[in-house]
Amino acid sequence: MSTDVPEKADVEIGDYQYGFHDPTDNYEFKSRKGLDAEIVAQISEMKKEPEWMRQFRLDSLKIFESRPMPDWGGDMSELDFDDIYYYMKAAKEQGRSWDDVPDDIRKTYDRLGIPEAEKKYLAGVKAQYESEVVYGSLQEDLEKQGVIFTDTDSALRDHPELLREYFGKVIPPEDNKFAALNSAVWSGGSFIYVPPGVKIDFPLQAYFRINSQNMGQFERTLIIVDEGAEAHYVEGCTAPTYSSDSLHSAVVEIIVKRGGRFRYTTIQNWSNNVYNLVTKRAMAYGDSLMEWVDGNLGSKLTMKYPAIYLMEPGARGETLSIAFAGNGQHQDAGAKMVHCAPHTSSRIISKSISKDGGRSSYRGLVKVDDGADHCKSNVVCDALILDPDSKSDTYPYIEVEEQDVAIEHEASVSRIAEEQLFYLMSRGLTEEEASAMIVTGFIEPLVKELPMEYAVEMNRLIELQMEGSVG
Amino acid sequence: MSSLLKITDLHVSVADTPILKGVNLEIRQGEIHALMGPNGSGKSTLAYALAGHPNYSVTSGTIEIDGVNITELEADERARLGMFLAFQYPVVIPGVKVADFIRHAISNIRNPDRKEGEGLVGMREFRKEIKSRMEELGMDVEFARRYLNDGFSGGEKKRMEILQMAMLQPKFAILDETDSGLDSDAVRVVSEGLAKLSGPEMGVLIITHHERLLEFNPPQYTHVMLGGRIVETGDASLAHDLHANGYAAIRERHPEAAADNAQAEAAAV
Ligand SMILES: Nc1ncnc2c1ncn2[C@@H]1O[C@H](COP(=O)(O)OP(=O)(O)O)[C@@H](O)[C@H]1O
Ligand SMILES: [Mg+2]
Repeated sequence: MSTDVPEKADVEIGDYQYGFHDPTDNYEFKSRKGLDAEIVAQISEMKKEPEWMRQFRLDSLKIFESRPMPDWGGDMSELDFDDIYYYMKAAKEQGRSWDDVPDDIRKTYDRLGIPEAEKKYLAGVKAQYESEVVYGSLQEDLEKQGVIFTDTDSALRDHPELLREYFGKVIPPEDNKFAALNSAVWSGGSFIYVPPGVKIDFPLQAYFRINSQNMGQFERTLIIVDEGAEAHYVEGCTAPTYSSDSLHSAVVEIIVKRGGRFRYTTIQNWSNNVYNLVTKRAMAYGDSLMEWVDGNLGSKLTMKYPAIYLMEPGARGETLSIAFAGNGQHQDAGAKMVHCAPHTSSRIISKSISKDGGRSSYRGLVKVDDGADHCKSNVVCDALILDPDSKSDTYPYIEVEEQDVAIEHEASVSRIAEEQLFYLMSRGLTEEEASAMIVTGFIEPLVKELPMEYAVEMNRLIELQMEGSVG
Repeated sequence: MSSLLKITDLHVSVADTPILKGVNLEIRQGEIHALMGPNGSGKSTLAYALAGHPNYSVTSGTIEIDGVNITELEADERARLGMFLAFQYPVVIPGVKVADFIRHAISNIRNPDRKEGEGLVGMREFRKEIKSRMEELGMDVEFARRYLNDGFSGGEKKRMEILQMAMLQPKFAILDETDSGLDSDAVRVVSEGLAKLSGPEMGVLIITHHERLLEFNPPQYTHVMLGGRIVETGDASLAHDLHANGYAAIRERHPEAAADNAQAEAAAV
């Protein structure tokens, strides 16, 4: 733990400047700016990929080019596709100097008590997080049970048959413009395969094998949980993650087979310059359970609606999400549940907090296909708005092609009630402490679902976000 | 030296409507005062104004503790000086655990100079303390893990107020109808609880319509509020008399205040 805790003042996580740059001469390879077939082919070649992947990328590029920008969600007018490097391969030691990291980010890391090695990774000082030693024995254990846990590039090389079978099947490039973009230029991400009946009782963390391959602009994650298997995957970090890249567009594909259980937990806190446009989808088969737990902080614009397709009777889907929108931030987040089979059930719980002029939107879809009778769905979304400059809106869509279903939808928008503040303050809490406590309580139903260390960090982060903000 | 809470010619408005019209009252540590009066006479307004509710603005007059003027202080600063209000309608705070909240609160009160994130009352001693206080009040210890007032019955909420008072050990406690809306068992528990807690270290202002709470906690002084003023002060027998005979005689003796009160009551409907 860090002992050098800076003074309370001037640390405002949502507001830090993204004023440091990557030295440009430190890459083994870097494509030129912009996107065309030549660059896509070059990416595939650099990675020595099989022909089918090269073709997949090129086909995806065509789809990307043919699709208009979405005319809903957030404002993307400042996003310039021609001003982006789509592929960079870092040299072994990535060379951003610790001195280049802005003071306020460093202070925030200190205040959160982020370990030294991790801090450097998060700030982009180190490309490799030194976790191999710590986690080596766990990894061995998993391998013995036949679990595959690697980055997606390595998986393409080492497990081509699995990739051929599943890659791009849950989210085909035709799905949306950003899925097509990711399909064309993807790099990194995690690949997990859990064999039938194998139950992993600790969360698999991206920290396991964080390296320059793993976390990038266009991550591609593919997870297959075979029949009766169980696992929990955790990615991200509550500390602000600096990225000099303005566009992050990941694709996450999950398959949970009959009787399997899987939970995917994400906590993201991007710096304020980032457009975070993510496509996440799971297919849940008979009697399985799929859960998304999704926390979004930071970024300029996040658009993310984790989806679950309930493919066979008995499948259950659940999405819990929190969004925190601060100054200059728009969180457009929600969930999508598609009931493709009878006797399936889903639940969406969404909580958002808007502060300092931030905007959060809930956008959700519950769809029941024809013939999918006896379905149940329950949607609860609560928004908390902390000041008059901030905003929250709700776009719930329900499409039902079947009579015999039960769908409930509740939405509430609240402001921090004066009476709550006064009550807590009359017991000796300062206004900041009281507001932080109310906000922490608001997201508690979700935070208690997080692994312990994430929950502690999350609460700490909320306190920091709330500091000096009221009054 | 025992502390003194001194209220001088206090005028309080809510949303620009004058409610309190010159209240004078002195409470010493160790004393019990009863405050009675018909609905709409301004009892809760006085309680909120003393605790520092931002919507209750003092237009003139002062509130002092031991000569220090606290009229302009925020609610939390007053709490740290020893002021406590048991709410007539305790507020629900979803997702905030009783134990976390109380631990934070007592840490601020007992260690007012503590830096954020430091100086929290030790977990072990805190657990021990809250457990024994809860047992004294006949509360299930499980309540410490529940969310503050969330899904509590009326009686449970009032007991939670008394628990907070027990933990915060204020110099001056105002109890706003802590006994109303409770069944007789709950009233007994709350009354006994208060009796155990009050003593030479606490000055208490009991706002009540009932006799039970005062039986267990006999007041040295009884004040009657009408139309935003304290119109009469007596001893415990005045409280008995009001319980037995109501406010008709008081209204007759103070026609001007009675008219104000009638107006306020009409406006409230
Ligand atoms: N928050 C408020 N907003 C508007 N009027 C209020 C408010 N609080 C009190 N009042 C008014 O002040 C008067 C006194 O009310 P209150 O102090 O609650 O009386 P009591 O507690 O003696 O019944 C009433 O006319 C009431 O309508
Ligand atoms: Mg009242």
